[in-house]
Amino acid sequence: MNLRKYLVLAGVTVFAAAGDSMLSHGMKQTGNISLHHLQGVLLALLNPWVAVGIVLLLAFVVLNMNALSWADLTYVLPATSFGYVLIALIARFVLHEHVSPLRWFGIALISGGVGFVAGGPMLTSHPEQVVPVGAKPATLSSGLES
Amino acid sequence: MNQVHTWLGILVVAFASVVGDVLLARAMREVGDVHDLWRRHGLWSVVSRVLSNPNLSFGVAAMAVAFFSLLFTLSWGDVSLVAPAAASLTFIGNAFAARVFLHERVDRRRWIAAVLVAGGVALLAG
Repeated sequence: MNLRKYLVLAGVTVFAAAGDSMLSHGMKQTGNISLHHLQGVLLALLNPWVAVGIVLLLAFVVLNMNALSWADLTYVLPATSFGYVLIALIARFVLHEHVSPLRWFGIALISGGVGFVAGGPMLTSHPEQVVPVGAKPATLSSGLES
Repeated sequence: MNQVHTWLGILVVAFASVVGDVLLARAMREVGDVHDLWRRHGLWSVVSRVLSNPNLSFGVAAMAVAFFSLLFTLSWGDVSLVAPAAASLTFIGNAFAARVFLHERVDRRRWIAAVLVAGGVALLAG
C-alpha cells in the first residue's frame, strides 16, 4: 500500500461526503422537485451548491473506480465508509448540530469496521478468476499486495 | 403504501445496489490497475478500456435502477427507515456477492468490518 493508494481511498471518502453534503444543502435551497414539473431539475442544476456537489460526486466515481481496479470490493466499501463519520463530525463541530449518544455509538462502530478492514490485505481474489477469455492477466498482478 | 411495499422497495434498492457494485468492481478488475495502465499505455487507453467493458454499462444501469427505486421507496416509507436499511443490507449483500461472484476471500476480519459498518450506518442514519 503506497501513498497514492492511501490518497485515492481518502479522496473517495472525502469527495463522497462533501458531494452528498453540498447536494443536500443545494436541494434544500431549491425546494421539492415534482415529476410533473421536471424543469425544476434544470433550475436545481443552476444552484452553485448542486453544481459543485455533482462535480465532487463525479470525482468520487472516478476515484472509486480507480480503487476498485487494485483492491477488493469488500476492502474498498468499508475502508471508505469513514465518510459517514466525517459527515457526522462536520454536523457536530462545524454546523453545531446535536449528535445523539446512539449516533456516537454508530460512529464508533464504523470506525471499528474501518480499522478492522484496513489492517488486512487489499486484494485477495485471483486475477485469472475474473479475467475474460483472451485478456492479459499480467495487468492485474501488480495489485496483489498488502 | 404499507410496510410490505416499503420493505419490498428496500430489498429492490439493496439488490440493485449490490448488482451495480459487483459489476463495477468486476469491470475494473478486468481493466486492471489504472495507474499502471496509464503509465504504460496513456490516458486514452485507460478510458477506452473502461468504457468498452460491458460490465461497466450493466453496472451503471443497475445503479440507475437502485437510484430510482430509492426515490420511489422514499415516497412510500420514512427516510429514517429506508436509507439506513438499504445501506446496511447493501453492505452485507456486497460481502456475500463479492465472495461468490468476485471470488474475494471474505475472511472473519472482513465479515466483522461489514457487520460493524452496516450497524454503524443504521445507527447514524436512523
